[in-house]
Amino acid sequence: MSRLHVTTSVNGVAHEVLCDPGQTLLELLRDELGLIGTKEGCGTGDCGACTVTLDDRLVCSCLVLAPEAEGRRIGTIEGVAGPEGLHVVQRKFLELAALQCGVCTPGLIVAAKSLLERIPDPDESTIRYWLAGNLCRCTGYDKVVRAVQAAALEMNPSEDRVFCQASTRSQEPRQ
Amino acid sequence: MSAFEFAAPTRLGPALDLLSSCAESGRRTQILAGGTDVIVQMRTSDREPRLLLDVKRLPETRQLSIGSEDIFVGAAIPSAELNENPRLASLLPGLMESADLIGSTQIQGRASIGGNLCNASPAGDTIPALIANSAQCEIAGARGTRQVAAADFVVGVGKSCLKRDELLLGFRVKRPSKGFGDAYLRFIPRTEMDIAVAGVAVSMELDEAGVCRDSRIAIGAVAERCLLVRRAGERLIGTSVEDSDLGKAGAECSASARPISDKRGTAEYRRKIIAVLCRRAGRIAHGRALASLEGAEI
Ligand SMILES: Cc1cc2nc3c(=O)[nH]c(=O)nc-3n(C[C@H](O)[C@H](O)[C@H](O)COP(=O)(O)OP(=O)(O)OC[C@H]3O[C@@H](n4cnc5c(N)ncnc54)[C@H](O)[C@@H]3O)c2cc1C
Ligand code: FES
Ligand code: FES
Repeated sequence: MSRLHVTTSVNGVAHEVLCDPGQTLLELLRDELGLIGTKEGCGTGDCGACTVTLDDRLVCSCLVLAPEAEGRRIGTIEGVAGPEGLHVVQRKFLELAALQCGVCTPGLIVAAKSLLERIPDPDESTIRYWLAGNLCRCTGYDKVVRAVQAAALEMNPSEDRVFCQASTRSQEPRQ
Repeated sequence: MSAFEFAAPTRLGPALDLLSSCAESGRRTQILAGGTDVIVQMRTSDREPRLLLDVKRLPETRQLSIGSEDIFVGAAIPSAELNENPRLASLLPGLMESADLIGSTQIQGRASIGGNLCNASPAGDTIPALIANSAQCEIAGARGTRQVAAADFVVGVGKSCLKRDELLLGFRVKRPSKGFGDAYLRFIPRTEMDIAVAGVAVSMELDEAGVCRDSRIAIGAVAERCLLVRRAGERLIGTSVEDSDLGKAGAECSASARPISDKRGTAEYRRKIIAVLCRRAGRIAHGRALASLEGAEI
């Protein structure tokens, strides 16, 4: 069986790799490139732990074949932080404790960042629908939603947005 | 070790040659669009090695054109991309909302209408909407192209009318005129990420006086394949689409349904809610048709 030669860009870095035709992009990232930030939960498109961007569009990397990455741009959790430090979405997840075991977190952060790039001021139901394909067994989602709202607020502050009030309230101590 | 093979031709001719030669030699091939059915099958129910023929690099399957007469939607365009097109969403809101229901944001980044139709699931969400909109499926094969109505494309559970050396290029739909509206509604036990227990698509056209001059209604997940219920649409033609008319159309849907009982719902339940969904989807389609009558040229 022949291995295929694939040229692809991952987080802006060009890679040339050999892959099996039946291998997934998730396996390519983790097993061939050592980028193990992207997680495997279900392997069947249901949990979103494997979320990456493919030409800037969110996809489940478990449902992309490695050879499909030829000539495409991949974005993974490893590319979210910049030289100046964590991305605001990452920082808000930490500050607002939006993670527990962390298995879902890379996928949630990649998905949330992509949401805020498209819709800078999403309301709560937009956030919940956008992230409906990212399952989390630990947090119950509430803190995740608050973290995304807080990130949106910091990324583009505006005084007259409805959810701004909601998110300020939710940042008060909850004990 | 996998013994899968992969090809992603960029021109239709070589893609069709590959399909024909595989059909002749008996080598197993499967067409790959967004892979949200194919790759799940590869991992679960059907691990047999095969050649995967990726059709997403063919310009024909990625083409979207909104002409003055008709609209062509390439088979392999992901639903997220379709739904970002505001003109398409305003011309064919029902078809677009059916594509928008498929899976999560991530799934929509890949899932195509062509894949949804070719997968031929009884519950495929876009299929009733394609049928209600009289979509013509454009199929390419070694002997040229042919057109098949969406209502005739699926022939049984998981079975389409495609021959082994054919592939689906896309759909052609008549460009809706003033007074047109369509809608798709499904029932699922959750609010997201589930398979339809029942689904109904309604399309209708009103004349200047608001009288319905044409309507087509199709049902999903209540038979071995999605069905056009001609008599349901006929119940609306000539009426001003009162609740009682929608009730009669709904009753026709129930009468044509031949559902099974499974963990999502009993046959009796499905037969009942298909009528409710028909009334509600009909009301939405009617509202859109009225808005289009009153609104600017689309
Ligand atoms: C988590 C999850 C949620 C889902 N939710 C829904 C849902 O709510 N509703 C729903 O209807 N479906 C749902 N699906 C199923 C699936 O996403 C859809 O059926 C989707 O539209 C398939 O499109 P695709 O482009 O991914 O097809 P693929 O998986 O690439 O192909 C599907 C089938 O069609 C064939 N095919 C594809 N394109 C062509 C072509 N151009 N010519 C000939 N044959 C072709 C393939 O060979 C294959 O048999 C879900 C799937 C997942 C994983
Ligand atoms: S591992 Fe890809 S969606 Fe669960
Ligand atoms: S933090 Fe454990 S699954 Fe989300």
